[in-house]
Amino acid sequence: MATFHFDLVSPEKLAFSGEVDQVDVPGVEGDFGVLAGHAPVVAAIRPGIMVVTQGGTHRKIIVLGGLAEVNEKGLTVLADVATSLEELDRQAFADQIAGMEAKLAEKEGSELDRAIERLDHFKSIQHQLNTTAMH
Amino acid sequence: MASLKDMRVRIASTKATQKITKAMQMVAASKLRRAQTAAEAARPYAEKMDAVISNIASAAAGSPGAPVLLAGTGRDQVHLLLVCTGERGLCGAFNSAIVRLAREQALSLMNEGKEVRFFCVGRKGYEQLRRTFDKQIIEHVDLRSVRQLGFVNAEDIAKKVLARFGAGEFDVCTLFYSQFKSVIAQVPTAQQIIPLVVEEKASTAPATSYEYEPEEDEILSRLLPRNLAVQIFRALLENNASFYGAQMSAMDNATRNAGEMIRKQTLVYNRTRQAQITKELIEIISGAEAV
Repeated sequence: MATFHFDLVSPEKLAFSGEVDQVDVPGVEGDFGVLAGHAPVVAAIRPGIMVVTQGGTHRKIIVLGGLAEVNEKGLTVLADVATSLEELDRQAFADQIAGMEAKLAEKEGSELDRAIERLDHFKSIQHQLNTTAMH
Repeated sequence: MASLKDMRVRIASTKATQKITKAMQMVAASKLRRAQTAAEAARPYAEKMDAVISNIASAAAGSPGAPVLLAGTGRDQVHLLLVCTGERGLCGAFNSAIVRLAREQALSLMNEGKEVRFFCVGRKGYEQLRRTFDKQIIEHVDLRSVRQLGFVNAEDIAKKVLARFGAGEFDVCTLFYSQFKSVIAQVPTAQQIIPLVVEEKASTAPATSYEYEPEEDEILSRLLPRNLAVQIFRALLENNASFYGAQMSAMDNATRNAGEMIRKQTLVYNRTRQAQITKELIEIISGAEAV
């Protein structure tokens, strides 16, 4: 299977770089998979779980928003925050969600809408984490 | 003439100072290495961000609906100078070089009849600017308690700048920081961040035609505020590396000067001691001869 180059960068470091088979990216307008030879695309990312397939192994990386760019050289993801599933501190993540819920009351108008949307994304990540943990 | 005891005390105190500056130099050297790695680790993100923005922006800049962060407000009456300096001194001319550059720019802008506001990041720059431009400093952020610079710090500053820009408090924003060239060379730099200056690409190759998801202007409106934070983050990291570089060479100088001073003082001390011994011997001999 053809591979392509994939870079995952966050402001603080280069989180991943290498040849991969497939990457599933959570875009704002729906998830999409990137394979070798994908058409050039620039897409915004919502907070979600990115699945990197490399030689039959799957790696899950949690990204909290950002931007994906596909060009002839490969895929580059500029993530606001990127944490691999093993590194994630579930307790801290749950605390963050609780904190966001508490702040909802202070917001209003379009800001409230955006906060709710973001909270939903976070909750769906948490749901996926908890359900996959049972397998 | 100081007594021998006074001289001994002075030499001992210079030696103690030398020990301190030497220790500070070594601490700065090890922190410099960390700061440098942090600055390098942040580079790929900033470069990619630049590439993506210039790709989209060159297409959007000409259109009438371009976002204000890119196109500007159409005026340049009020300037905001975002001055990033260090939190501590003992680093040679590091802080004053940045402040001097900002001050020169402020004065030349004021001569042209523009208004100038300051946003200070870091205690040292705030203290120096307060003397001349006290009323024009609209905000001041202290990073003293921050042990490890994170993207969050840059994001906070960017948010404050954007809030003021949104309220129409200024038209042009310029970022002042010290660029890290090498351990001995730090270049104070001014960089305009609002409206964003997009560098024209030198290559004539046609840019890849991307598909955008969602629309271009929506991506751009998400990206531009983010880019502001990235630029500030980069400036903070460069500043941090420059600071330790400057401190290291300043402390190296101080250690060398102290060594030179100790050498001179010891020489004078020994000469005085010998002169005294000779004087005592002469006194004893002439006393013995007289008997």
